[in-house]
Amino acid sequence: MKTSLKALVAAGGALAALGMAMTTTPAQAQGKTITLCWAAWDPANALVELSKDFTAKTGIGMKYEFVPWTNYADRFLNELNSHGALCDLIIGDSQWIGGAAENGQYVKLNDFFKKEGISMDDYMPATVVGYSEWPKNTPNYWALPAMGDAVGWTYRKDWFARPEIQKDFKAQYGRDLAVPKTLDELHDIAKFFQGREIDGKKVYGASIYTERGSEGITMGVSNYLYDYGFKYEDPKKPYAMEGFVNSPGAVKGLEAYKELYKCCTPPGASNSYMSEGLDAFKSGQVALQMNFFAFFPGLYKDPNVGGDKIGFFSNPAATTQATQLGGQGISVVSYSKNQNEALQYIKWFSGGDVQKKWWALGGYSCAKSVLNDPGFPNSAPFAGEFLKSMGMVVDFWAEPSYAQLLQAEQKRVHDYVVADKGTAKDALDGLVKDWQAIFKEEGKKF
Amino acid sequence: MTVAAHSVVDPTPRTRRFAGALVIVYAVITMIPLAWIFLTSFKSPDDAISYPPKIIFQPSLEGYCNLFTTRSRQTPDFIQTLGPPQGMCDDIARSRNMVIAGPSNYLPRFVNSLIIAFGSTVLAVALGTLSAYGFSRFRVPLKEDLLFFILSTRMMPPIAVAIPIYLMYRAVGLSDTRLGMILLYTSVNVSLAVWLLKGFIDEIPREYEEAAMIDGYTRFQAFVRVVLPQATTGIAATAIFCLIFAWNEYAFAVLLTSGNAQTSPPFIPIIIGEGGQDWPAVAAGTTLFLVPIVVFTVLLRKHLLRGITFGAVRK
Amino acid sequence: MNELSASSRIAYPAAAAQPRVTHRLRGLSDRALAWLFITPTILLLLAINIFPLIWTIYLSFTNYRANRANVPTRWLGLDWYQSILTDPDIWAAMQVTAHFVIWTVIIETVLGFGLAFLIDKKFRGHGAWTTIILLPMMLSPAVVGNFWTFLYQPQIGLFNYVIGFVFGRAPSSFQMLGDVTLSPWAIVIVDAWMWTPYVMLICLAGLRSIPDYIYEAAEVDRASKLRQFWSITLPMALPFIMLAVLFRGIENFKMFDMVNLLTGGGPGSTTEVASITLKRAAFESWRTGYSSAFAIILFVTVFGLANIYVKALNRVKSR
Repeated sequence: MKTSLKALVAAGGALAALGMAMTTTPAQAQGKTITLCWAAWDPANALVELSKDFTAKTGIGMKYEFVPWTNYADRFLNELNSHGALCDLIIGDSQWIGGAAENGQYVKLNDFFKKEGISMDDYMPATVVGYSEWPKNTPNYWALPAMGDAVGWTYRKDWFARPEIQKDFKAQYGRDLAVPKTLDELHDIAKFFQGREIDGKKVYGASIYTERGSEGITMGVSNYLYDYGFKYEDPKKPYAMEGFVNSPGAVKGLEAYKELYKCCTPPGASNSYMSEGLDAFKSGQVALQMNFFAFFPGLYKDPNVGGDKIGFFSNPAATTQATQLGGQGISVVSYSKNQNEALQYIKWFSGGDVQKKWWALGGYSCAKSVLNDPGFPNSAPFAGEFLKSMGMVVDFWAEPSYAQLLQAEQKRVHDYVVADKGTAKDALDGLVKDWQAIFKEEGKKF
Repeated sequence: MTVAAHSVVDPTPRTRRFAGALVIVYAVITMIPLAWIFLTSFKSPDDAISYPPKIIFQPSLEGYCNLFTTRSRQTPDFIQTLGPPQGMCDDIARSRNMVIAGPSNYLPRFVNSLIIAFGSTVLAVALGTLSAYGFSRFRVPLKEDLLFFILSTRMMPPIAVAIPIYLMYRAVGLSDTRLGMILLYTSVNVSLAVWLLKGFIDEIPREYEEAAMIDGYTRFQAFVRVVLPQATTGIAATAIFCLIFAWNEYAFAVLLTSGNAQTSPPFIPIIIGEGGQDWPAVAAGTTLFLVPIVVFTVLLRKHLLRGITFGAVRK
Repeated sequence: MNELSASSRIAYPAAAAQPRVTHRLRGLSDRALAWLFITPTILLLLAINIFPLIWTIYLSFTNYRANRANVPTRWLGLDWYQSILTDPDIWAAMQVTAHFVIWTVIIETVLGFGLAFLIDKKFRGHGAWTTIILLPMMLSPAVVGNFWTFLYQPQIGLFNYVIGFVFGRAPSSFQMLGDVTLSPWAIVIVDAWMWTPYVMLICLAGLRSIPDYIYEAAEVDRASKLRQFWSITLPMALPFIMLAVLFRGIENFKMFDMVNLLTGGGPGSTTEVASITLKRAAFESWRTGYSSAFAIILFVTVFGLANIYVKALNRVKSR
C-alpha cells in the first residue's frame, strides 16, 4: 500500500510535467493567430471553412472557441466581464450590444468603417439595427452584421404529401393539409400528428422551445406573443410597459403557446431548445419544428429527413404577424491584443465575394449585394421564407440589463407554461413588475 | 482474533449470507449507471439513443473518435474527391458524410485538469505538511481557533466564494489562468491537508525526533529526516484526496475559467454533436475522466474514511 | 476549544499531548520554526478566503455590478438584506433547498446505516463489495450528474425503461426532469445514489467502534437481538450518524454542480436550490452587491445551523 501510493504520486508528478510540456507548442512562432468566439453550431463550421481563405490571403492564423448555445451567453458574457483577452473577435448575440457598448467591451467601428469604405447602407436595415447599433437607430456601430437569423419552422413535407394522411386530415378539419398560415392552423396540424402512427412509429406534433436555463422559452414564446399584439413598451413612451407587455392579446398568445406545449409536443420536451429540436426532427419524431433559420441549410442536407422530405415556412400569423430575431454581428473585443488583425478580418469578411461564398457555404449573409440578387429567393428552398421573416423581425430588449430582463421572462414564462403555476395574466403582470423593478434600478423614468 | 471469543456475538452463517445478498443487490444496482456510461461509450450514436435501450450491440469506437475530433458535414461528391481515409476515425466519419476538421478541445481540457489538479495538490500538501507539523508539535497561540478557522473556510458555498475571487482575479489578471485555479484549489485543499496530516503526524511518536535532536540534529533536520519519512503514507493519502477534489471540482471552474484554463468537468457536459449531446462521445469523455479516480479509490480504500471526514473519524 | 473542532475530533480519545521538548539546539528556535511553518498557509487563506469574504461583506452594502465599469458605486446600507429576506422567490429557493437537504439526509442516513449494519455482519467478500459501493461518491458530481440526464430521458433513458418495466407502465408515461412533482425527487435520487456510501462508511466506523464485550454482556442478560439493536447499537453509533448528517447537511446546503447539470433549477423554479439562485444573480444578472448580500446570508445560515447542530451532537456524545 505504502509503496504503491508513493509510486502513484511520483507517476502523477511525471504526468503533470508531461502536460506542461505538451501545452507549450511552438505554433506561436510563425505569424499571428487570432481567436474567434461563437456558438457551436452548423454555421460555425461553415465559417471555419470560409476563413481558410482569410488565412491563405493574409497569413494570419485562426483559432476558434465555439460553445453550445445553452452556455454561450453565460460563458462569453463572463469572459467579457472578466476583461478576458481570449477572444479577439466575437460573434456576440444581438441583445448583448447595449451592455458591450456601454461598458466598453467592444471596439467602436465607425472610424474603421469610414476609413475602409464600409457602408452600413450595404446591409439589410433590420440587421444593422439589430446587430450593429447602440443606441438603436443611431449611427453608432459596434459590429458588422455577420449572420442574419430569425425563428422559422420546418415540416415533414413527405408526411404532408401522403394521400392517407391528407384524407384523414380533411375528414377531421374540413380543409386540406397544407403549410399553416395562422397559428391556429399550426395548432390543428400539430394536434393531428400528435400520437399518430407513421411507418410503425409513434410520432408527435411539434417541437418548440421550452428551455429554462438560458433564453430558450423566451425565444419560443415571443413568436406567439408578437403575433397576438405583445409590445415591449409603449411606442410613444419608452419603458412604459403596463398594458403592452400584459395586453389582453399578449395573454392570449401566452395561453396559445401553453396549449401547444401541453397538447402537441413529444414527452419530456420540458427543457428543449435548438439542439433538442434538431434531434426530435432528425430522428423523425415530430411533424413540425420551431427553430432558427441558421439550421435550415444543414437540415436540408440531412440524409434522413432532408431534401424532398423537408419543407420550411416562416412564423404564421395570428392577429398580426412577426417573428423573433436571431442572428449576430461580428465585433472586435476591446481587451484583445490583436485588434489590428481582428479588424483586418472584418474588412475581409465584408467583401462582396466573401459574403457570396458565406451564403453558399450555409451562412446567412446580411449584405444587400447577396440578398437583393434577383436569384436569391430561389437559391435555396428556405431563402424566400428567410427574406420574408427578416422583414418582420422583432428583437428582445438589447439594454445593458438584458440578461436580467431575460431571466425574469424565462422564469415567469417557464413557471406558467411548463410548471403550471398561475395564469397567463399573472405571469405577464408579474413580468411587468419584474421589468419595472429592473428599469427602476437602472434609473430609467417611465 | 479467536473465533471462540466472538462466538456469542458473531452473526450466524444464515444471517451473514442474507446480509451479503442484500449488500450485493445494492452494489449491483448502484453500479448500473456507471456500467451504462461505460457501455454507452462503445455504442454508435444510433445504438445509444435506440429504444428500448440496447444491452447487446456492435461495439464501436465512434464515441472516442468524436471525443477527440471535430467534424464537418460534406456532400458525398466532395468526399469522393478526397484521398483514402486516414485511420479508423476518418473512415467512420466519412461513412457518415463527414470529414474530420481538426482535433477537439478535449485533450487540452484534460491537460488543464492534470496541471491544475497536480499543481494545487503539490502546493496544498506542502503547505499542509508544514502547518500540520507546526500545529502538532508546537505551542501555537490560539491554536484551536486557527484550526477551526482553517476548517470553516470550507463552509462557504462555492458560488459565494467565486464572487469576490472573480473580481480579485480580474483586477490582478489571474482570470482564466492555470495559476489562478491552482491557487484557488490550493486554498480549498489546504484545510483538508492540515486536518488530515495533523492526525497522521500526531500518531508519530515525538520520541523519534527527540532522539534525533539529542544526536545533534536541529529541529528542522529532525523534521526532514525523521518525521517526513514516517509520514509518507499519510502524505500520499492526503495528496490523493486533494487530487480527487481538484479533479472533480466544477463550480469554480465553470465560473472562473474560459478557453485557457478550463478543466474537464465544465467541458464534458457541453460536448455536442451535430444536434444535441453526442452521448457516446460524452460517455467516452466521462469514462476516460473517471478511470483514474476509480483506480485511486481502490488503492485508497483503507484511508477513505479519514479522508472524507477531514480526519474526524478513523478506523 | 471550539465546538465544531471538538466535534470533528470525535474519534480521538486522547487529546494530543502538549509539547514537552525543551531542546533548543542550533538553528531556528521552535517558536520561529512554528511560525515559519504555519504562516504560509495562513497567508494563503487570508488572501484567498478572508480578504474576499471581507470584500463580499463590503459589496453587500452597495449597488456594485461587476459588469458596469462606468456606474458609480452607491452605499445602500442594509437595503439588499431587507429586500432579500422579504422576497418570496428567495424563500421559495430556500424551501427547495430545505426539501432537498432534508430528504437526501433522511434517505442517505436510513440506507447508509442499513448498509453499514449489513456489511458489519462480515459476510464473505464484504471488503470488495464495500469498495464497489463506495465508487459513486468519489466521482465528479458534475460529470456524473450530467450523464444522469441521459438516464432520465423519457424515451430512451435507462431509468425510465427500468422503472416502467418494473411497474408495468410505458417508459415515456412519466418524466423525471420535466415534471413539477417528480423533478425534486429526481435530484434527491441522484444525490442519494452518490452519497449513501458516504454515510455508510461513517456508520460502519461507528458500528465497529462498539466493543464486543457489551454485546457479550447483553447476551448473558438474554436481551433479544432487537433490544440489543435499540439499546446498544443505535445509541452507540448515534454520534457517528449525527456526524454524517452534519457533513451531508452542509454539503447539500451548498449544492450546485449536480443540480445545475441535471435540471438547471427547472422546470419553472421547482428545483432551484439556493446556490443556483445565487449563481443567476451573481453571474447572469451581474447584480454583484445583491448577490454578495445573499451569499453572506447563506454563509451565516450554514454557520449558524451547523453550530446549533454541533451543540446537540456534543450533548449526545457526552451522554
